[in-house]
Amino acid sequence: MAVLVGKQTKLIVQGLTGSAGTFHAKQMREYGTNVVGGVTPGKGGSVHEGFPVFDTVGEAVKRTGANATVIYVPPPGAADAILEAADAGIAVIVCITEGIPTLDMVRAKRALQGRAGLTLIGPNCPGIITPGECKIGIMPGYIHSPGKVGVVSRSGTLTYEAAHQLTALGLGQSTAIGIGGDPVKGLDFVDCLQLFERDPQTKAVLMIGEIGGTSEEEAARFVKTNMKKPVAAFIAGQTAPPGKRMGHAGAIISGGKGTAAEKIAALRDAGIAIAPNPAELGKTVAPLVS
Amino acid sequence: MKIHEYQAKEILARYGLPLPKGQPAFSVDEAEAAAKALIAETDNEFVVVKAQIHAGGRGKGGGVKVVKGAATARATAQKILGMNLVTHQTGPGGRIVKRLLIEQAVDIARELYLGAVVDRDSGRVVVMASAEGGMDIEEVAAKSPEKILKQVADPVLGLAPYQARNLAYGLGLHGPAAKNGAEFIEKLYRAFTDLDASLVEINPLVVLTNGRVLALDCKMTFDDNALYRHKELESLRDLDEEDPAETEAKRYDLSFIKLDGSIGCMVNGAGLAMATMDIIKSFGGQPANFLDVGGSATTEKVTAAFKIITADPHVRGIFVNIFGGIMKCDTIAEGVIAAVKQVGLKVPLVVRLEGTNVDLGKKILAQSGLAVTSANDMADGAQKVVALAAAGSK
Repeated sequence: MAVLVGKQTKLIVQGLTGSAGTFHAKQMREYGTNVVGGVTPGKGGSVHEGFPVFDTVGEAVKRTGANATVIYVPPPGAADAILEAADAGIAVIVCITEGIPTLDMVRAKRALQGRAGLTLIGPNCPGIITPGECKIGIMPGYIHSPGKVGVVSRSGTLTYEAAHQLTALGLGQSTAIGIGGDPVKGLDFVDCLQLFERDPQTKAVLMIGEIGGTSEEEAARFVKTNMKKPVAAFIAGQTAPPGKRMGHAGAIISGGKGTAAEKIAALRDAGIAIAPNPAELGKTVAPLVS
Repeated sequence: MKIHEYQAKEILARYGLPLPKGQPAFSVDEAEAAAKALIAETDNEFVVVKAQIHAGGRGKGGGVKVVKGAATARATAQKILGMNLVTHQTGPGGRIVKRLLIEQAVDIARELYLGAVVDRDSGRVVVMASAEGGMDIEEVAAKSPEKILKQVADPVLGLAPYQARNLAYGLGLHGPAAKNGAEFIEKLYRAFTDLDASLVEINPLVVLTNGRVLALDCKMTFDDNALYRHKELESLRDLDEEDPAETEAKRYDLSFIKLDGSIGCMVNGAGLAMATMDIIKSFGGQPANFLDVGGSATTEKVTAAFKIITADPHVRGIFVNIFGGIMKCDTIAEGVIAAVKQVGLKVPLVVRLEGTNVDLGKKILAQSGLAVTSANDMADGAQKVVALAAAGSK
């Protein structure tokens, strides 16, 4: 069953004809994702690498019945692309674009508020994959395998690390979601934990957080009061100095808040198993999978 | 991007925010001339000489002095210009002062705090105010959070006038000062959103004995992702305030932070790069840097990254940790070889490759004839580089 995406997903690619859009559209199709077309304003009516191209998302939805979109549009137009997809009634919007101005996301998030049945993943994220069924984003498909562990992560390459270790241990993943490292974003840990708790295929959850913000602490509170399934976690940035932004716009310890130590304490308190280092993500979750 | 206080104040002035009169000075002569002009204009013999560096705590560090008369201002400028100013935000190395702000001294009745940030919990801009101005606001936030008033702005409506009034009256302002305060807050919010700021702090915001409200200090930081639509801000960048290696890294679109250890790291992805620092430390090493080569590294970018790492004399070993997604392992392997050929290799190099085209990448490295130690996973790699670096230092 997995969460959010699967065999039923019909995907369009916004920014299809750009280099990233083209490369990943082909990779996703090769993986088995049902990519039904793409959108590039001004190129509607053409066919690109075998994909029909539309000028607008509305048109693409009408003609293909798409229910999901992945956005590779460059930063200045990316927030607008999210709003266009939302207005066209797309249920799952995955925004890969890195470097969107924060206030653009503040406005986009405000515009999406209160819309039922709409999920935004990202921006600045690797995407979402239900192994063997549907891959949306930029992750390498072959490191994943269908299985029992739900993965949710703020970091792209650490999600790969986690998936790779789970596959090697024979546990696999139900769905792996990269929520991205930006401060203003769509899905957060709590939303994903909620989805995994309800999903019958998921037997345990592995969450990968990092310094900055309080999402991990909120996740810990949620696990403590609302979750029956076991959860394991890792926090990156235990050695990061305060005041220095570690690549992600969200990864900064400011005002003494958002340290790895605080997050780990909160997670432990909620009964979550902590991976001692990033090489033991799989090993930490393995004993929890019944 | 951070800017200096005097630059932030020039921006605030454009938005009609009330400020003390003042002028930047880059030399002792300019400082004296500015002081003379201010004294004549304000009919007040007292001026403030303020060191301009991108760090707080300047007053405690001896970088801010109130002086009487232009001659004393000159003497004080002489002392502060060129001094190595150490504050709790500069680190023990301090910063050399190269710019000053000469400002009129004012009669302060109250010191308040006003700030605006993008709050990630609400996903909106939050304006904060506190009656405990002039102090370390982070300490106030930690010890007595109830003393910090907050208003969350709706991005469509902006900060409503009533929200500005809530803050002004909440600060205990009344009469004309309350009206001035509320106006000040609304204008500040407009400047924040117009210019894509990520942080604006007025600490202290002062109420004068005559009821006027002024920004006595101002700190502004802009969203790097939005600088493309504010070209005018680029000229405010002060490269003297940035680490040269970090500036060089930015030219190649690398995310680099200099640290104090001896193990150089080159990693793809910010999370993995932080985790790599963590695992090096867990095996007893100290990372020399954070370096994320990003998702789309070319051979040129990898070479630049390698040069930046090896330019640090404290580096005793290098750990390349790559999990290729979009990034292909063979690109990394070729980049590493090209870099080593250009800059040479004086310290042990450990490479861990995984992901897209991993076999090809490993083969390219193995056939290069370079002294590269390969690692099976990141724990193995971290252990090896820590051991090799320690052996090399003996």
